[in-house]
Amino acid sequence: MEKFTEFKNTAADPYTYCRKYKEETGKKIVGYTCSYTPEEIIYAAGALPFRLFGTDEGIHRADVHLQSYCCSLVRGILEEGLSGRLDFLDGTVFPHTCDSIQRLSDIWRLNVTPQFHIDLVLPVKLNTTSARQYLIDILEKFKKDLERALGVKITDATLSDAIKTYNQIRALMIQLYTLRAQRPEILSGRDFHSIIKAAMIMDRQLLLKTLGEIVEQIQKAPGSKINPGTKKLVLTGSICSHPDIYDIIENAGGVVVWDDLCTGSRYFEGVLDEKAPGLEAIAQRYLDRDICPAKHVGLTDRGESLIQMVRKHHANGVVFMLLKFCDPHAFDYPYIKEMLDRENIPCMLLDMEEQLPSGGQLQTRFETFIQIL
Amino acid sequence: MKKQLAEILKIIVIFLFGKFKKFTLRFKKSKSMKDIMMVYYSEAKSARLTRKKVAWITSGGPVEPLIAMDVIPIYPENHGAMIGASKMGAGLCEMAENMGYSSDLCSYARSDIACATVNGGPIGGLPKPDMLVCCNNICGTVLKWYEIQARYFNVPLFVLDTPFCHTGYSDEVARYVRSQINEYISFIERACGRKFDYDRVKKVGHLSFQGQQLWQAVLDTAAHKPAPMSAFDAFYHLALIVTLRGTPEVIDYYTALLAKMKDRIARGIGAVPNEKYRLLWDNIPIWHRTRWLSEKFASHNACLVADTYTTAWCGSMKYIDESNFINSMAEAYTRIYLNIGIDEMAKMVIDMIDKYDVDGFVLHSNRSCKPYSFGQMDIQRIVEKERGIPCLMLEADMVDERTFSESQISTRIDAFMEIIKDRKDTTRK
Repeated sequence: MEKFTEFKNTAADPYTYCRKYKEETGKKIVGYTCSYTPEEIIYAAGALPFRLFGTDEGIHRADVHLQSYCCSLVRGILEEGLSGRLDFLDGTVFPHTCDSIQRLSDIWRLNVTPQFHIDLVLPVKLNTTSARQYLIDILEKFKKDLERALGVKITDATLSDAIKTYNQIRALMIQLYTLRAQRPEILSGRDFHSIIKAAMIMDRQLLLKTLGEIVEQIQKAPGSKINPGTKKLVLTGSICSHPDIYDIIENAGGVVVWDDLCTGSRYFEGVLDEKAPGLEAIAQRYLDRDICPAKHVGLTDRGESLIQMVRKHHANGVVFMLLKFCDPHAFDYPYIKEMLDRENIPCMLLDMEEQLPSGGQLQTRFETFIQIL
Repeated sequence: MKKQLAEILKIIVIFLFGKFKKFTLRFKKSKSMKDIMMVYYSEAKSARLTRKKVAWITSGGPVEPLIAMDVIPIYPENHGAMIGASKMGAGLCEMAENMGYSSDLCSYARSDIACATVNGGPIGGLPKPDMLVCCNNICGTVLKWYEIQARYFNVPLFVLDTPFCHTGYSDEVARYVRSQINEYISFIERACGRKFDYDRVKKVGHLSFQGQQLWQAVLDTAAHKPAPMSAFDAFYHLALIVTLRGTPEVIDYYTALLAKMKDRIARGIGAVPNEKYRLLWDNIPIWHRTRWLSEKFASHNACLVADTYTTAWCGSMKYIDESNFINSMAEAYTRIYLNIGIDEMAKMVIDMIDKYDVDGFVLHSNRSCKPYSFGQMDIQRIVEKERGIPCLMLEADMVDERTFSESQISTRIDAFMEIIKDRKDTTRK
């Protein structure tokens, strides 16, 4: 489909896209690090929210600031910041999540100049009244910080528009994911990955328009139901920056039907209440949404939610994608695995370093896993 | 049945031992650390007999409200240090790895998680908790660690969320933490089944503040040349300000220790017999090699006179209002050394360099502690730029000794000391 070209090109070369976008529109671009960034506020300020993905090749500038036991995501983001390749950014937002991102923000503030820098220190607890109030307070502060940094005023009307736009985008993403889970052959995992990635980069109005067209086209497209032999998988972890994984899974006779990833469902799930005051609606979505393990709501919420996800999408198994040195996910792995075992849901653990294990080896591992499902 | 009986008998023996020890200590002029800790752990381990509650709490957590309610606080991190010091870390960490925990995770957490399931380790495991209190002012790891223990022991968990202060303390944060102090008090009331004792907490707060002042005074004695104590001594004496903060035992112990240090100063006795070079230490000690490192530096006539780690337990005194401890606690517990930006940390390091007049800076890059270690390379650069002293970064782990290479570290320390010596001899000339 030709509509994909836009997505594919953007996902493959986000920097070129951003430079061109800036040149053509004169708009500001604001970098951010995780799915707890209130993109709606950045959008309402008239700027383009741009997710930082880092790089997995040629890290040497970051080595002067971060030890070897720091995860490749944080190292990669810092490398890009120090390299000057992100010079199109007007500023960066660091929502507080894990210990590594927390220090990345400090190192960035002291070494990557001269863009503006905003720390958004979100609550770690998301299950109390005082945490909810603090979250709203801190979003209000963020709004003011951003207004000052960008020299704009965010009105209730612009925020309300932003909320509507994001609700539409997210609804389409979910629709697309659901369609794909039912009829995997209509859209390859690799293409879907490109769409998700591009969604965090490209102009959101254009995204909304193109996504709508694609969903419509796919709905009309002929296609049979899922091949009964295909095994359905759910991915869980922090980020997936390896589109190869989808190909490997598909070649091994599987298909990803849903995920619990920061660059996946955690990014687009949850609806904003369009009737509530803007910041409260944004806060409420974070309180209701599936959490990143660096946050706290209860003791078994992530496990329960994953099991529900597996049941809802009739998945046959779960793949844990653990980024090396990602503490919050590594701490949760044993208990969630135990919960899955009790429910007789098979799972496999994929340890990810900067680079994936060689293709053949990975292919065999997935084939072996999918065969037992 | 038999097993239960044996368990009860064991507790009774521990209880009687604790009582006896406490009784005999009353006649002792100065109590040793070992004595105090023995009584403390016996009382905690026999808490079921005395109907006292036990709370596990993080090292930077607000312990005063617990003490005011006669809850016995237990510190898994202190336990982790003991495991490391008794070189039992590798075995327990490996056990945790077999339970599915990655070997890249914090070794305090790994060894404690493993230890809880087997009652192993240097003191036969920790007394079981009735509640868990986790304050994330030191790291995000404690949150995950306490969630694991809350699932394992099936006891209530209170999380005190102290937002990170990258560039200062905001009103939003102040309000949030202050309201959580009230939630914390309600949590303790529920766990203890009685009303909170606001009068008692004032006294405890006062003792806590006094304890911190004394601890700072003890550490300050090392500014003298030669330093009467080293950071290695501080690592040892630290246990009380961490575990018994807010009790009179701490005051007695540090008062005696301070007198001892002043006496050493008066008599010109140094911790290192022939102190020529003075160094500053950063990060948690390498618990399994403290003696080895102490001797290694001493062999170069170098004394580690101060460190950023033990200072952390008295570093936020400036935010405490003695007349309203409960109110000021929020800020004091939020603005601790590890919960601030690296530029502010670097400033504190530079203040210590000046205060203790040190010739070099040794940084332990600790694989187990990301919030303490990430940013160290920038702090090192700031120190080199501002004070021009040589810096040495040693990569190790506080508890897990499996990757530690004595010969490699030894060579690096020798080379570093050569630089320090050359530099100091040149400036003297």
